[in-house]
Amino acid sequence: MSDNAESSTETQKEEVQPDDPTTNEEKKKIDVLLKAVGDTPIMKTRKWAVERGRTVQSLSQFISRFLKLDASEQLFIYVNQSFAPSPDQEAGVLFDCFGSDGKLVLHYCKSQAWG
Amino acid sequence: MADDKDVLRDVWFGRIPTCFTLNQDEVTEREAEPYYLLLPRVSYLTLVTDKVKKHFLKLMKTEDVEEMWFEYEGTPLKWHYPIGVLFDLHASNTVLPWTITVHFKNFPDLDLLHCPSNSVIEAHFMSSIKEADALKHKSQVINDMQKKDHKQLWMGLQNDKFDQFWAINRKLMEYSTEEGGFRYIPFRIYQTMSDRPFIQKQFRPVSPEGNAHTLSDLLKEMYPAAIPNEGEQKRYQVVIHGIEPLLETPLQWLSEHLSHPDNFLHICIIPVPSD
Repeated sequence: MSDNAESSTETQKEEVQPDDPTTNEEKKKIDVLLKAVGDTPIMKTRKWAVERGRTVQSLSQFISRFLKLDASEQLFIYVNQSFAPSPDQEAGVLFDCFGSDGKLVLHYCKSQAWG
Repeated sequence: MADDKDVLRDVWFGRIPTCFTLNQDEVTEREAEPYYLLLPRVSYLTLVTDKVKKHFLKLMKTEDVEEMWFEYEGTPLKWHYPIGVLFDLHASNTVLPWTITVHFKNFPDLDLLHCPSNSVIEAHFMSSIKEADALKHKSQVINDMQKKDHKQLWMGLQNDKFDQFWAINRKLMEYSTEEGGFRYIPFRIYQTMSDRPFIQKQFRPVSPEGNAHTLSDLLKEMYPAAIPNEGEQKRYQVVIHGIEPLLETPLQWLSEHLSHPDNFLHICIIPVPSD
């Protein structure tokens, strides 16, 4: 995974971190609120600081890992409870277009929730 | 407005003559002839290339075949971008036909999304329309439609039926006269010089003072380098559907007439050819 051998001895650091307003330097990161839909497990920490360039696909992988989902289980992500953004869409773009009150709300679900 | 409707037809029926050749590393029983096709600009590569696939598969053993993907001069072509965008972005100012290389091996997972079936294209297409309507009408128009209307939009695109598609799509193009346009214009600005996929932000069709925003206003805010300063040589071409619209064209008009079926106005910014 890492090209740097030394880093493997360090504590593994997630790119997504629990939200702390002071670390969102220069708005390189945005606040994302993750909400479960239906019988999909909830996450204890719901608010995360996410790099603007982070893709939907990598967020989805992060949530799947966090929830310890099977590799076979699908995870759907929705914006505005209406559309599923493309996997290569950037979180920053979604935040700019669909964020409100300084955060982007994403719903996640193990089955298709909205069309 | 009668004349403007012709623009919708011209956009819909835009075609790119294309020559598909098989990647030379693929193993075939005999030499693969190229395959020629007129590609609809507003469609998606994986939706209109069944014949290309059949043509090359005739010459190959099933065990040598994985998911088909396309490449132009070393760049893997993203099927989930409209064909016209891929051409304008990567191949405008080159000689026609557009020569695309077909691959059946070594799928570039980092660059491309998988497309195992047409239902994946349909889901992507419908999501784009919903995203656009979230910007245009807070999703009100798309949510008021019935499931069969959604299906008609998709079937219209899939079967290249202009009237079928526009019978429904015109509802997505409506707005109240007092607002003078959509809430926000759904646009995406692409550039080859950047790793970022595209620029997309909120942008209103009308200024707070009530003036119509133009293509130039949008670029000034999103990509100022695309507009030459006075006395300076033009460095970039701003291309939509293979043409360079006047920069003073109102954005609302462009959104209604030059958007792709996914309801986004796709704008390519490409360097002016140097020769």
